[in-house]
Amino acid sequence: MWNYEKRLQYPVKIKNTDPKLAQIIISQFGGPDGELAASMRYLSQRYTMPYKEVTGILTDIGTEELAHMEIVSSIIYQLTKNLTIEEIEASGFGPYYVDHTLALWPQAASGTPFTATFFQSKGDPITDLHEDLAAEQKARTTYDNILRLIKDPDIADPIRFLRAREIVHYQRFGESLRIVQDKLDSKNFYAFNPEFDR
Amino acid sequence: MMRNDREELLMYITTTSFAVDDVNLYLDTHPTDQAALEYYQKCNELRKQAVKQYTDYFGPLTANNVNVTNVWTWIDEPWPWEMGR
Repeated sequence: MWNYEKRLQYPVKIKNTDPKLAQIIISQFGGPDGELAASMRYLSQRYTMPYKEVTGILTDIGTEELAHMEIVSSIIYQLTKNLTIEEIEASGFGPYYVDHTLALWPQAASGTPFTATFFQSKGDPITDLHEDLAAEQKARTTYDNILRLIKDPDIADPIRFLRAREIVHYQRFGESLRIVQDKLDSKNFYAFNPEFDR
Repeated sequence: MMRNDREELLMYITTTSFAVDDVNLYLDTHPTDQAALEYYQKCNELRKQAVKQYTDYFGPLTANNVNVTNVWTWIDEPWPWEMGR
């Protein structure tokens, strides 16, 4: 069960539209290392996770990723609000506009639609936590790449917040991996899969 | 604590909520850290007071916090993505 709070985790107040940049930043909504994939990854993995600390972290980080998806979506919404048809034509926003007008739709910057193949839920805690650690670093790199393209501080500010959260989540997943390994056979972490072998 | 300015109070809720969410993640992997537990309790209390005050003055942040009068105030503007302008 989730309870919606009518506020952003970090404020987004962008004064000037920029449809070119919106088409780049949308990758963190529906792209391969985006927030939607992050949330679905953790919220899918948690059911079979046998350790309560890690089930907790997957639930809570998966929930925070939904709030990050809302921040990214708000950035895109504000960057494309009230665009004129001339602005759409001049900025190369036409291909997106023809399918979605100014609505939000999860896709990568390349136009590739969101797909569940962006993430894995493997049913082995060591495997899944390595996926999660990698996912946080891939998202961090994507935000670093986005930040090099931004000149407007109104946009850079919330992007920097999101980037910093990737690093905190990476830390928490690292601690989760240590917790899992502490509960396994120290001579062979792969002796059995605690999500399957009984 | 009297905060009448909507934006200022919302920023205070954003700040205290962030502290709560961040220490929540830390406690998931450090469930017996006493200093973190105290910090959680302190920040959560400040957040709860601020949310109550916001609800009373400016309207509900969650649908189950609607103060019922003769109109359903949950759908009143602004939605969070609209607050920029």
